[in-house]
Amino acid sequence: MNSSSTRINYSALALVSTWTGVLVVFSFWMSRQAYHWLPVQASTAAPLVDGLFSFETALATFVFFGVISVMAWVVIFNRAEKYDMSDAEPIEGNTRLEIIWTVIPALIVFGIAFYSVRVNQKLAVLGPMEHIHRGDPIEEVGGFLGDRLPAEQVEVTARQWSWQFNYPAAKVSSTELHLPVDKPVTFRLVSEDVIHGFYVPAFRLKQDIIPGRAINLNLTPTREGRYRLRDSMYSGTWFSTNQADVVVESEAEYNSWLLQAASQPLQPGLSDAVAEYKQRQAEGARGWPTVVPAPAPMVNVPGSNQLPHNG
Amino acid sequence: MTLASYDPRVLKSNAPVPGAPDNWKRFFSFNTDAKVIGIQYITVAIFFLLIGGLLAMIMRGELITPENDLVDRTVYNGLYTMHGTIMLFMFIFPVLNGLNNLLIPTMIGAPDMAFPRLNAVAFWLVPIFGVILISSFLLPGGPANSGWWSYPPVSTQNPLGNLVSGEGMWLTAVALSGVSSIMGAVNFVTTIIRMRAPGMTFFRMPIFIWTAWAAQSLQLIGLPALTGGAIMLLFDLVVGTSFFQPEGGGDPVLYQHFFWFYSHPAVYVIILPVFGIFSELFSAHSRKPLFGYAFVALASFAIVFLGLIVWVHHFFPSGVPEWMRNLFMVTTMLISVPTGVKVFAWLATIWGGKLRLNTPMLFSLGGLFNFVFAGVTGIMLATVPIDIHVNNTYFVVGHFHYVIYGAAVMGIYAAIYHWFPKFTGRMYYEGLGKLHFFLTFIGTNLNFFPMHPLGLMGMPRRVSSYDPEFTFWNVVASLGSFLLGVSIIPFLINMISSWVRGPQAPQNPWNAIGLEWLLPSPPPAENFEENVPTVISGPYGYGTGKPLVENQSAYENQSLLEA
Repeated sequence: MNSSSTRINYSALALVSTWTGVLVVFSFWMSRQAYHWLPVQASTAAPLVDGLFSFETALATFVFFGVISVMAWVVIFNRAEKYDMSDAEPIEGNTRLEIIWTVIPALIVFGIAFYSVRVNQKLAVLGPMEHIHRGDPIEEVGGFLGDRLPAEQVEVTARQWSWQFNYPAAKVSSTELHLPVDKPVTFRLVSEDVIHGFYVPAFRLKQDIIPGRAINLNLTPTREGRYRLRDSMYSGTWFSTNQADVVVESEAEYNSWLLQAASQPLQPGLSDAVAEYKQRQAEGARGWPTVVPAPAPMVNVPGSNQLPHNG
Repeated sequence: MTLASYDPRVLKSNAPVPGAPDNWKRFFSFNTDAKVIGIQYITVAIFFLLIGGLLAMIMRGELITPENDLVDRTVYNGLYTMHGTIMLFMFIFPVLNGLNNLLIPTMIGAPDMAFPRLNAVAFWLVPIFGVILISSFLLPGGPANSGWWSYPPVSTQNPLGNLVSGEGMWLTAVALSGVSSIMGAVNFVTTIIRMRAPGMTFFRMPIFIWTAWAAQSLQLIGLPALTGGAIMLLFDLVVGTSFFQPEGGGDPVLYQHFFWFYSHPAVYVIILPVFGIFSELFSAHSRKPLFGYAFVALASFAIVFLGLIVWVHHFFPSGVPEWMRNLFMVTTMLISVPTGVKVFAWLATIWGGKLRLNTPMLFSLGGLFNFVFAGVTGIMLATVPIDIHVNNTYFVVGHFHYVIYGAAVMGIYAAIYHWFPKFTGRMYYEGLGKLHFFLTFIGTNLNFFPMHPLGLMGMPRRVSSYDPEFTFWNVVASLGSFLLGVSIIPFLINMISSWVRGPQAPQNPWNAIGLEWLLPSPPPAENFEENVPTVISGPYGYGTGKPLVENQSAYENQSLLEA
């Protein structure tokens, strides 16, 4: 009796350890895969965010498939026989086990939280996002000039439904965002109507733009290419079209773009909403009344949002 | 089926009996019997589930291609707003209140709710605000179209300038829904505290009662914030106040605090009773006591406490300072601990059990599968740097639907099948039930899994058109949503035909333990009437052979008495 129960424990132990090993390997593999589910990394923030995501993918895979394995085992091996109306062995609990499965998850989440707070701090060093200025955004510029980093400065104005980028030093305006690679940039985010979201997936950064405030966002692009900027906070009828392209280029290309742009006369920038609204009026509106889009901003360079983008 | 085969107490009561002449008319009247109100709630809720689901399928039809080509953008925005609002305020809260009405009095041995008239008023507000909400489709300006969060200032933009706008009707409906839910919560909490059968101490209550109590306490604490916020927003919209308008010195982010102070706990209001359902069903259908009963019971209130201090995680990328991001990240992650306690307890409960894989058990297992998936993506969302990337993308939509449809709605289906024989007196058809389960489980995963890769790639939620790189996963999701639409058909056929002409249900078809199973099926209006049993042991004595109540045999096989 005693020896047989010991033998069963050994084989159970072997089975559980083997399966745990399989799950660990699988979780590690998933954590490598996780990088491919995300857009290209185009800012200093992206590797930090992706590292954290990869780590949590490993944990998530282990927990999810661990639980599913137990469920699958039970469903396969612990079904009652067809006419078996009897009850199972009445095990009502095990205080030690219950304390273990309270304490271990608590330790794990404290571990994740600790790791995440450190990543938060690193991200904050890269670009603090809590510089919020209340009051008149046009008057209030304290802190915008960046007290630590000699950053490029871009004023971003979000509207229903267009994005406008002003380069105050070069006196250039555009509806396509150009940035030099590997140079810190400070955005001053302002909205003229409702809440919008400044979101560039390739940068892994997002900041809501609250009307009535100017919010600073700092980041450093690290990869040349053309990326999408998307409005991430629902902003009304043409929310979906409120996209712009972000062109990250070498410093030389960037400077020549600025120089060329400064010489161009002001012209209407990009606003898909304005175009669609015009078409809608011409065809006779099918839907419900809408807020009329703000006129396309007058800028030096409209740019394009039709070219293929990297992320 | 003749009336003679029913318990005489059932026939003499006012409770509706299947097959009795005119019994259906009671369901259309102002009835104060909790069991009638429960069925009224569930039926109305399922009606709105169909409407909300139809809106979702039109949305998925639009999203099956990248271009905006099926409905106008204004229509899409109205559809997604009304889909969320109907599903939450018209389907899921009412259906849970229906289960509360059926189960709370019968499980604790009370004759009815503490305040039966208040109970009926709370129910009848549901069709009233339902009509208000749906009729806003007929307004010249269309229904509300700023999402179920209704964030200002976009929600207070009123292009026609009419006094009666879709947004105004939406806010009125939400405020009325809040009033109705507060009435319900007062009733449920009072009933649980004051009206338990003799001998039913707190630690002999079924877990469903614990979770209903916890959830309704959250309603009482959280709902005043949302209802107040909705009324302030209505003032901003209609009479031009500026609580949330920056140009008048107001703060739009303040609304986000009001909204999420309730609406995050609202998710726990939804999921807690479903935890209760899982606890009942895993135990009953694997023939084992619930593992670690006291831990599971107390974890409900740990979730209530933590659930009240996590709301800021919904707007990390908004104007939120760094310290707040860190604090709310830690509280959000901590909530996984009591939740984990419950999941492990369920696993230990079914471990080594004697599982009966009938429809309620299949829905419970499927719900647990989806819930664990939602749990691990929830930890990712709690992590601020990851959330900054995926907030307001389809990743959140996917996570949310795994919780609400994958876990909560599947748990609700499980409960409907499990207690259907008790409250209708009829058995449902097992084959149709299983078909419903498999279609729902496959449809849910096909519909909501693709939303995770889409969110990681950076597709914002609420868009009516998108860049072509998102097409593949959107097509999969749309096909899944159409399958989910089909999955409801066997459910409706099963429910209607079983209730009309299903085989008569015995008193306790699952051989389950609980006071409700000591009542005839369907139970008489006053439940135990003057013979309220005295509870002498805990609620999950499977395999222990311990009776639940004094003189248990007198309550068993009641329906045979009159034969």
